[in-house]
Amino acid sequence: MKPVLLIDFGSTYTKLTAVDLDAPALLGTAAAYTTVETDINDGLTLGLQRLEEVTGKLDYAGRYACSSAAGGLRMMACGLVPELTGEAARMASLGAGAKVIGLYAYQLTDEDLEEIRAAAPDIFLLVGGTDGGNTANILHNARQLASIAPDFPIIVAGNRTAAAGCAKALAGYEVYVCENVMPKFGVVNIAPTQRKIREIFLQRIVQAKGLQAAAQQMDGEMMPTPAAVLRSLELLSQGWEEEPGIGELVAVDVGGATTDIYSMADGMPETMNTVYKGLPEPFAKRTVEGDIGMRYSIRGIVEEAGAKKLAQLSGLTVERVEQLVDEFSANPDTVPEPGSDGAALDKALASMAVRIGVRRHAGTMEETYTMMGKTFVQEGKNLTQIKNIVVTGGSLIHSEETDDIAGYALYSPEDPGSLRPREARVLVDRRYILAAMGLLSVTQPQAALQIMKKELK
Amino acid sequence: MNQKEKKCLVIGVIGADVHAVGNKILYHAFTEAGFDVVNLGVMVSQEEYIAAAIEADADAIVISSLYGQGELDCRGMREKCEEAGLHNIPLLVGGNIVIGKQKFEDVEQRFKAMGFDRAFPPGTAPETTIEALHELLDKE
Repeated sequence: MKPVLLIDFGSTYTKLTAVDLDAPALLGTAAAYTTVETDINDGLTLGLQRLEEVTGKLDYAGRYACSSAAGGLRMMACGLVPELTGEAARMASLGAGAKVIGLYAYQLTDEDLEEIRAAAPDIFLLVGGTDGGNTANILHNARQLASIAPDFPIIVAGNRTAAAGCAKALAGYEVYVCENVMPKFGVVNIAPTQRKIREIFLQRIVQAKGLQAAAQQMDGEMMPTPAAVLRSLELLSQGWEEEPGIGELVAVDVGGATTDIYSMADGMPETMNTVYKGLPEPFAKRTVEGDIGMRYSIRGIVEEAGAKKLAQLSGLTVERVEQLVDEFSANPDTVPEPGSDGAALDKALASMAVRIGVRRHAGTMEETYTMMGKTFVQEGKNLTQIKNIVVTGGSLIHSEETDDIAGYALYSPEDPGSLRPREARVLVDRRYILAAMGLLSVTQPQAALQIMKKELK
Repeated sequence: MNQKEKKCLVIGVIGADVHAVGNKILYHAFTEAGFDVVNLGVMVSQEEYIAAAIEADADAIVISSLYGQGELDCRGMREKCEEAGLHNIPLLVGGNIVIGKQKFEDVEQRFKAMGFDRAFPPGTAPETTIEALHELLDKE
């Protein structure tokens, strides 16, 4: 037996997973409260004790960790045109595992700067202009950022003609210059920026967030949890050498504050008479809906789905729904008893969170008539042919009706233009191992893949 | 290499128009003539030309329309460019920009009144447009 320990320092819980590389198989999982406020190792030690009760004493051959503790990786970004470099900046940040807490476009105003200063992001990503394109905007924004004496690192990844000027404007502050996120119109180049984000996370943020004590005991580099999940999903989809993956997939993770959606899919137009609009999207795409969550962001679900719809789905009256929403919102730790009104509402909330999240993540198709006949205009990814939906996150994996809830990720006649999967099987991450398998995949992709294929059902 | 040594054009076919061949020919002709060309392809909206022109700091926008609805599609383009900060950016349009037998002088007059710098009749060779672009851009 060759046991390895995988740790996910979450915002609330520190989750531990032990695997045996020789089998390869899952040995056990355990969790304890994250103790980043005092000493991160306290929670880890307690979690280890709990894990040992499950697995017996193990001599670990390796320890790897990821973290979303202490607020995760909080980023802000600014582009030029919102749909172009603004969107590229968002893709780069989300794909690197960050939370985007502010996204700006055009010239940063004094009000924007005030917001940025107050939010104090972990990293600021400044972009704008294609190479050889607009320089004035990004230079203006670099000078604006310098005016607030930023104590956070700034990545400049815009028009290369302006890169030196931006670095000069920000001289004396922590500034990194990267390749342009959109070097040519419609070409997205986010990998270099994502590498830099990861580097900064390791060098600076792990320390700033009190994770250093834990990081020192680990074998590999620590990464943001969403980055680990992205890795595992990409591996699960694509396979590794001889071991095939399961093909293209959509994954949903409904949390208390946010709903994260992932797609591992090409998603480009399937037919010749389809015109694609907008920026090409990455194969491994992640979106985060900051206003859609089961507790802290419960109001966002009610706002978009409507109390009436939630009442209809849960079999409760609108008044009862509104009453419970107020309760959940005031007490985010509420875990309703099975069979209670609260449980019925939770199912309805999760269903709508999945529908809203996947709808925002998936592309759209619009039918138009031209002189040449019927034509389709596609924006974003076409996920209609995807056959796998992976479900993770506490609110879904602990439900007994996960399949029903996951069904809301599928196409619905209510919005025919939304390119969501038409028919798919549901794979549930019951033991919450996706982040752990992403960590394991750095050194042991085959074992990670085999374990995921065995565990996700 | 400073890419800005080349003049940058944003081109595309406006509206619900899917005529792709002429667009490709223009792309090659303009590139060959030494322009840096951002080609938006077919079914392009006014907003897309403008967004691309802002990011690429374009020197001119060249609009094609081949299905007769060009006049409708181009209405308000100049005003939107001004609104977006693309002051006095040269706007050129060509193709089968209107339907029916109309005197091209009248059509041209109408497009100029809409703020277009040049309007070209059906069958205009790329060379003619290139010449016009040099006239408009080289004086700077």
